[in-house]
Amino acid sequence: MLKLPIYLDNNATTPMDPRVLETMLPYFTQHFGNAASRNHPFGWQAEEAVDYAREQVAKLIGADPKEIIFTSGATEGDNLGIKGVFEMYASKGNHIITATTEHKAVLDTCKHIEKLGGEVTYLEVKANGLIDLQELEAAIKPTTILISIMYANNEIGVIQPIQEITAIAKKHGILFFTDATQAVGKIPVDVNKDGIDLMTFTGHKMYGPKGIGALYVRRKNPRVKVTAQMDGGGHERGMRSGTLNVPGIVGFGKACELCRLEMEADTKRISVLRDKLETELMKLEEAYINGTTEARLPHVTNISFKHVEGEGLLMGFNKNIALSSGSACTSASLEPSYVLKALGLGDDLAHSSLRFGLSRFTTEEEVDYTIKAISETVLKLRDMSPLWEMYKEGIDLNSIEWAHH
Amino acid sequence: MAYSEKVIDHYSNPKNVGTLDKASKNVGTGLVGAPECGDVMRLQIEVDETTGVIKDAKFKTFGCGSAIASSSLATEWLKGKSVDEAIAIDNMDIVEELNLPPVKIHCSVLAEDAIKAAINDYRSKNGLDQLVFEEKGVH
Repeated sequence: MLKLPIYLDNNATTPMDPRVLETMLPYFTQHFGNAASRNHPFGWQAEEAVDYAREQVAKLIGADPKEIIFTSGATEGDNLGIKGVFEMYASKGNHIITATTEHKAVLDTCKHIEKLGGEVTYLEVKANGLIDLQELEAAIKPTTILISIMYANNEIGVIQPIQEITAIAKKHGILFFTDATQAVGKIPVDVNKDGIDLMTFTGHKMYGPKGIGALYVRRKNPRVKVTAQMDGGGHERGMRSGTLNVPGIVGFGKACELCRLEMEADTKRISVLRDKLETELMKLEEAYINGTTEARLPHVTNISFKHVEGEGLLMGFNKNIALSSGSACTSASLEPSYVLKALGLGDDLAHSSLRFGLSRFTTEEEVDYTIKAISETVLKLRDMSPLWEMYKEGIDLNSIEWAHH
Repeated sequence: MAYSEKVIDHYSNPKNVGTLDKASKNVGTGLVGAPECGDVMRLQIEVDETTGVIKDAKFKTFGCGSAIASSSLATEWLKGKSVDEAIAIDNMDIVEELNLPPVKIHCSVLAEDAIKAAINDYRSKNGLDQLVFEEKGVH
């Protein structure tokens, strides 16, 4: 039985897997100890649970458990990773390279660093959403201490060529940080094979709880350190003070384990559904996929339906289908998506985009319902769209002098 | 953000979607907004030459639900009004009728602009002076 509303906004957050919740529950009321309490069984039990979860998290990304620093989520990891390196390696230089399509948690952290006297290069991306490796190498200076490029993009799902990027970083002796929030748990990520020095990710994008994430900090070849951004009890090898969120950590660990064990089967099933959704929606006229389809997360697609406005489109079905749009009207800033604009899309196409994020729990029935609802709404709104009428009459919309406001 | 029931109703059952013959002398067409800004409204009025009354009004809108509702409501209000009465339609009337939140006030301004642009188009076709309107400047 189809249950409404349908949730297809899994890049924003995923539902928690019931198996994760089950693992967490005893750690709220029964095993509530502080993992830093070394002198009694309550503390020992909590510490043991944290150690086990740390192993589960590390195993998913091919790391050593000692390299996992628990955080409150990916945003904190972005801040700690980037600001922490900037401070720790200040004597080596002050230049950071990143890209314009990064998450705001990275971009705003970089802006903050610029205010502190750091220098940041923001690489443009190509029309397919990927950075240009030659441009990256050309941007490197003697003062460059960090390259920060996201693993996979949250709006369009494109996967950056991480191994090629880290090869360049290594060649120049520069540390590499990646925001892998959307990638970890969805595609194989291995910090050693990928050559990653620092990496942030979070529980709630992979069927785990909110408010818990991790920063991977490499301990060998090279040994990396970050300056703590929060002072206190010196938890997490002194890099992140604060009493550990034991239930969150336990749940995060379980979520990582489930992803590791089920990723292959999940990907196989979800990518078939994503492809069906995409193929059927692309049968509509003037529909465009944003970003490359060659290197992309298996559960994501981002499509622009030209001459239809995104928020207006969402309104046609948002009681029954949860989705995001790159339209200005749906954002707090009233600006269309800067990620889509960075691909070179005109504002009009950015306004017309929908982002689909499928999950472990998405069913074929839900996808079929979505295809039908969206196709019908696009057709209905195009019948109402003056731009669509002009397009059909062969009028070049660029030839019209629009009254910009 | 939740939409008001009236916005949802106009969005679900828009009144007067369509196209009038823009070459006709008694049809005035207003096209306002810009695709890059995320909303474009085209509003048309057909005026009865003898009585000066707007006997038909049509719209097509590219935009959010509030923009669609504002233009749908505007066409409803225009029909049966004289051109002079139509000039008096104020965007705040639309805001009130549709319960538009502050971030959607620009949709109502756009609808008012479209009405005025349609009237001026009609006037210029019929050898009348262009009316000069005060800028609302809400966008």
